Amino acid sequence: MSAPTLSTGKASAPPPGHHPRPTGPASAREEFVRALRRNVTAHGFLIGAVLCFSFFSWYPMVREFVLAFQKTENGETTWAGWSNLSYVFNDPAFWQAWRNTALFTVLALLLGFAVPFVVAVVLNEFRHAQGYLRLLVYLPVMLPPVASVLLFKYFYDPGYGLFNRILEFLHLPAQQWLQDPGTSMLSVVIASTWMNMGGATLIYLAALQGIPGELYEAAELDGAGLLRKIWHVTIPQTRLILSLLLLMQIIATMQVFTEPFLLTNGAGPEGSTTTVVYLIYQYAFNFNNYGGAAALGLLLLVVLAGFSAVYVRLSRSSED
Amino acid sequence: MRSAGFRRTRRASAAAVVTALALTALASCGTSSSGDGNDDSGSGSSDPSAPLDPKAKVTLTIDCMPPAAKAAELREWNEDVKTFNKKYPNVRIDGKSTPGQCLEPPRFTAMLKGKSQPDVFYAYFTDLQQVLDNDGAVDISAYVNDTSVPALKDIQPQVLDVARKDGKLYALPTSNYTMGLMINRKLFTQAGLDPDKPPVTWEEVRAASKKIAGLGKGVAGFGEYSAGNNGGWHFTATQYGLGGDVVDASGKKAAFNDDKGKQVLQQLHDMRWKDDSMGQTQLLKWGDLQKQIATDKLGMFLAAPDDITYMVQQLGAKYENFGMGPIPGAGGTLFGGNNYMIKKGSSPDKIKAAVAWLNFQNLTPEKGQFDWGRRKADNLPVGLPQPNFFTGESKTADDAERVANATMPVENFKAFMDNPVQGKAEPPKAQEIYKILDNAMSAVLTNKDADIDKLLDTAEQQVNQVLANQ
Repeated sequence: MSAPTLSTGKASAPPPGHHPRPTGPASAREEFVRALRRNVTAHGFLIGAVLCFSFFSWYPMVREFVLAFQKTENGETTWAGWSNLSYVFNDPAFWQAWRNTALFTVLALLLGFAVPFVVAVVLNEFRHAQGYLRLLVYLPVMLPPVASVLLFKYFYDPGYGLFNRILEFLHLPAQQWLQDPGTSMLSVVIASTWMNMGGATLIYLAALQGIPGELYEAAELDGAGLLRKIWHVTIPQTRLILSLLLLMQIIATMQVFTEPFLLTNGAGPEGSTTTVVYLIYQYAFNFNNYGGAAALGLLLLVVLAGFSAVYVRLSRSSED
Repeated sequence: MRSAGFRRTRRASAAAVVTALALTALASCGTSSSGDGNDDSGSGSSDPSAPLDPKAKVTLTIDCMPPAAKAAELREWNEDVKTFNKKYPNVRIDGKSTPGQCLEPPRFTAMLKGKSQPDVFYAYFTDLQQVLDNDGAVDISAYVNDTSVPALKDIQPQVLDVARKDGKLYALPTSNYTMGLMINRKLFTQAGLDPDKPPVTWEEVRAASKKIAGLGKGVAGFGEYSAGNNGGWHFTATQYGLGGDVVDASGKKAAFNDDKGKQVLQQLHDMRWKDDSMGQTQLLKWGDLQKQIATDKLGMFLAAPDDITYMVQQLGAKYENFGMGPIPGAGGTLFGGNNYMIKKGSSPDKIKAAVAWLNFQNLTPEKGQFDWGRRKADNLPVGLPQPNFFTGESKTADDAERVANATMPVENFKAFMDNPVQGKAEPPKAQEIYKILDNAMSAVLTNKDADIDKLLDTAEQQVNQVLANQ
């Protein structure tokens, strides 16, 4: 770490027009106080933010880290070393939860990444009523998640649900949707994609609209059709936004909790929708095992930190 | 021009000041939440057996005071406080009302962890270990005796045992339940079954379920949970009903991978897939079956009597429409309930005042919660078979009062009342075991081809792992 290079005023000759202070050269302290004074309002705002962050984010994070290595039993808190981690690794639900989370992430990316992109490309082609269309696409995001989930719960109901009615109408066999371990996760992902795609679509749309029109004109002059235009102009031009959103979606989908928790009451058939965050919730609030919850949270943090590092790197290169 | 180094230093110093301020603010926040009644005064005797010093001023914070929405209950609470204060004018009762359920596990967990529980706090029977792990409750053995709690000798020993750990008493019960078979009388009658004779074996349950489902219109004969750890909880109750167990006597090994465990899963699988009498929607948890039976879409499910209160008060059902029989098999039944504990660190005076209040409001026949005449006048439910933790004289007296003031047809619960089944506490590490058994329950109810032997083997291994991890 470099040494502070704070000015001591040792060799400073007063600049022309500067009135010398009666007490002699300014000390480091005075300099600091003056610096503070100059930005009183800014520091006022800063204190509020720092208080909020330290109380609601940083302190809990530190606490979580400590908890991950502690055990509380019969009123005594002791250091547990790696035992919480080994407990978590030995939990029969551990690998299942990671597998489910990975499956959710992959499915959510296939659907949740591609569908909004296609929707944005289509939207971008419309010259009229784009404002209304954007609103329509964004509406589901504004619905409270519980309302959306409830809606999908009715759609998926094997007895009376809309989806099975449609299948019936098309003379196709009825599905168990959320209630079959084979289809439960896909059903969750479909609902989740519908609920969340509005935001991603708008970001893609903004990126698409940032592409200079000349590029398309040039491509058209060269005889490119729609697909070639997308392949040679749209995708290369939005590559960075695409990769940033991809990472953001990986980070977000790996923390999925609400949808499986509400749609399948947590674990789903044979535990097929137990996610890592749901397992953390169970440890903490059903089993009273804070240590285990914190340890698992830490593992998730490590994995997400890896993705975040890539994200930071990518967003830096986008600034350049 | 200032150097970059200077800028960085200035920023760092400002951050240091801000952080210091933040920490000071946090530290001052921390001290305000300890919440021990700081207006306590006087120096009461620290001898637990001595009565409460009338000169000692004590304030008791107590949770689970009825919320304003429950007007009648709140009025009764306030009356009780007034009556109590006639005898103990020095004790101030500071009730904290809780909307919804008295105890939601996430909130309870946070409260214990933050040591912000009231002086006298509500807990489920299964919460004792969690409370002790967090050093949350005081040992009240020395304070509870025949003088401070006159009906003590009449409380069922097994109920008090739940409140004990290593021979020390940590709680006083306020309510308890045993599980039985809840039936919908209207659907029973429609299906040509006798609602006064609920099925007593699983063969009878299966036959009745088929008949009720035969009514059509989306009516299910029998319903069962399979999510939110409730599936495992009901597996346990069913297994107890068959005379089986979930964990062996040592508490170290799973004990459900046997003929009885197989029967539990097989009969559910057959009712779901062979008879198609359990409806199509599964992965249900607490609250779902109550809604179905309250709207006449479900014939039977395993339940505790207080589910009826919920169905009538929250879901608009009618008392007359329900009845209860003993749990099928009657080889044993799961029992549970709730109690009050006293916060660790409370002064002897506070503990004495708390015991006096709990005795007055919850453990004295004809007073407080057992004042059935008043409950009837306030239009509250009277006649449900719980709380039922008394034996002997107290029980006889209370039962007579209850019947005399009943606000519902008590004969609908006759089959349940006349055939009491031995209650059995929940297994150690209950929620973790329930989570594992949820998988087995959801498997047989959602997968037609579920392999029951394999499910039990897997669950057994996993439960053994959980028990070894204790």
